[in-house]
Amino acid sequence: MNDFLHIPSDLQNTYSGLIVLHLREALIPVLAGLVVSLPLAQLCVRFRWLYPPVLWSTTVLYAIPSLAFFVVLIDYTGMSETTVMIPLSVYSLVVLVPAIVDAVRSVPQETLDAATAMGFGPVRRYLQVQLPIAVPTIIAGLRVATASSISLVSVGMLIGNQGALGNLLHDANIYNRPVYAVNSVVTTAVLAILVDAALVLTRVLLTPWMPRGTGRAGRKTSGDRADAAVPALEESAR
Amino acid sequence: MIRIDSVTKRYPDGTVAVDRLSLEIPDRSITVLVGPSGCGKTTTLRMINRMVEPSEGTITLDGVDISRQPVNSLRRSMGYVIQNAGLFQHRTIVDNIATVPRLLGQSKARSRARARELMERVGLDVSLAKRYPYQLSGGQQQRVGVARALAADPPVLLMDEPFSAVDPIVRKGLQEELLRIQEELGKTIVFVTHDIDEAIRLGTMVAVLRTGGRLAQFAPPAELLSSPADAFVEDFLGADRGIRRLSFFPAQALELKKTPIVAVDSTAEQIAARTTPETPYLLVTGLDGRPLGWSEPEDLVAGDIDVARLLPYGRPFAYGTDSLRAALDGAVLSPTGWAVAVDDAGRAVGVVSQQAVGEAIRAAHAKGLTAAKVAG
Repeated sequence: MNDFLHIPSDLQNTYSGLIVLHLREALIPVLAGLVVSLPLAQLCVRFRWLYPPVLWSTTVLYAIPSLAFFVVLIDYTGMSETTVMIPLSVYSLVVLVPAIVDAVRSVPQETLDAATAMGFGPVRRYLQVQLPIAVPTIIAGLRVATASSISLVSVGMLIGNQGALGNLLHDANIYNRPVYAVNSVVTTAVLAILVDAALVLTRVLLTPWMPRGTGRAGRKTSGDRADAAVPALEESAR
Repeated sequence: MIRIDSVTKRYPDGTVAVDRLSLEIPDRSITVLVGPSGCGKTTTLRMINRMVEPSEGTITLDGVDISRQPVNSLRRSMGYVIQNAGLFQHRTIVDNIATVPRLLGQSKARSRARARELMERVGLDVSLAKRYPYQLSGGQQQRVGVARALAADPPVLLMDEPFSAVDPIVRKGLQEELLRIQEELGKTIVFVTHDIDEAIRLGTMVAVLRTGGRLAQFAPPAELLSSPADAFVEDFLGADRGIRRLSFFPAQALELKKTPIVAVDSTAEQIAARTTPETPYLLVTGLDGRPLGWSEPEDLVAGDIDVARLLPYGRPFAYGTDSLRAALDGAVLSPTGWAVAVDDAGRAVGVVSQQAVGEAIRAAHAKGLTAAKVAG
């Protein structure tokens, strides 16, 4: 067991230190992606013509290999965590923008009409009606983005010591110690599962208003479409 | 008073949804906009709270042009109910109802207290307050929708096909509830529906719109049924408008016969005394006075009346509250051709023949015609 948790000295870190670093490098980009995606998605909903080019751009950015990003970024941000996190933030957009656009669009028109008719201004309507109802679909998108980000952090080893748990893969190679690789893969997977569970829990806590269990299939509520989008996205998260 | 003055709504693609519509919507009564789909009824409703802006013409509320009023405060002064209720699925029932008071800056506690009060008013159990919309039936959700619209006590209530999505029995209950609430609160209600029966049932005034957004007729429901303005209105009213018009004539116009009613424990003398040549049947009632069924006098054996062998009596009508329509229905349903009138407690108070109902209808029509002539 001690052997399993042993971290080679060249990483200059402990096991728990690597985990914290890994989570930080994975989650900050998703948060940054969310902060960018929310207004971007709202613009795409507001101006329909904007959505196809935005979607196209995020897909093209996603297709750029991280190594290419690193080569460009090292000139500005050096061999730092930031250099790893910037491409990861960009990658998260490909999942988050469409997820949020779908989420906001899935709010039933009659709910929006009711809000307008009751005297909600556009900003208040967005914050108090659209966004809360969109939460389940947004979190479904966050789950995909987070899982992908946690696995992608490992590429940080390409620029030296920034791959967190991913650097163990490199060390397994140079020291010929497969146990490092096993540790890296298992820990990364466990982290992804735990973070995913935390997101599911967050959704459950944030949405006491959602039909649960068998009730969902049987009942016809105005939220049908929003509910339907969630399992579909969750399916793709697995 | 809401005054719609030659209002036109033309969309950029050239479609005309509403065409030079003028209406004066009276205060404290229900005005129904009815018509086939595409007649601009919803557009008209939405112009009243400025969710749609008219291309031409003006709408005034108590003499003030609504286009000069701040849009959000105008909307907060008008309750709005839509099909499927449009509830906020992420808020509890009590918070849904408290929405507009909260927007108007009232405290959470006060708004919620008011919301609970309204739940009772619209016939919802207060124990549902902390539930979420998905946990309620369609009819209950619609009641929440009505309560939410009433929360800030607005003088005007706009209702856009509010009861279309629920089943007919629930719809009838909701309509009765609306009439009861209206009797208590006296709001100015503008009600949109495609269902002419609903329009006639609820409306103090009914505006029939035709496709293309033009007004076909604006009249009280009884007048609509008796003298439709043109073939379109007549067609829209449907085949049995004559029968439906009877709803506006009270059954109290009927002269009831009280003689041919015998209790189930009557003696032979009592049965004989109640048998007359012009009433071929006797109505047998229970000891509580409720009707049991019809029988020919010679088939009745005093002290040994077999209730199971009596002829069915159809559906009785309430003499005090029902209309000639219910009386006619009762007479048609009964195999004897006689209708049974009951009081509030369901006790038989008299019987009336199809012929007598027919005479009452002719008399009512004659009176109606005179009234129309006087008015014209």
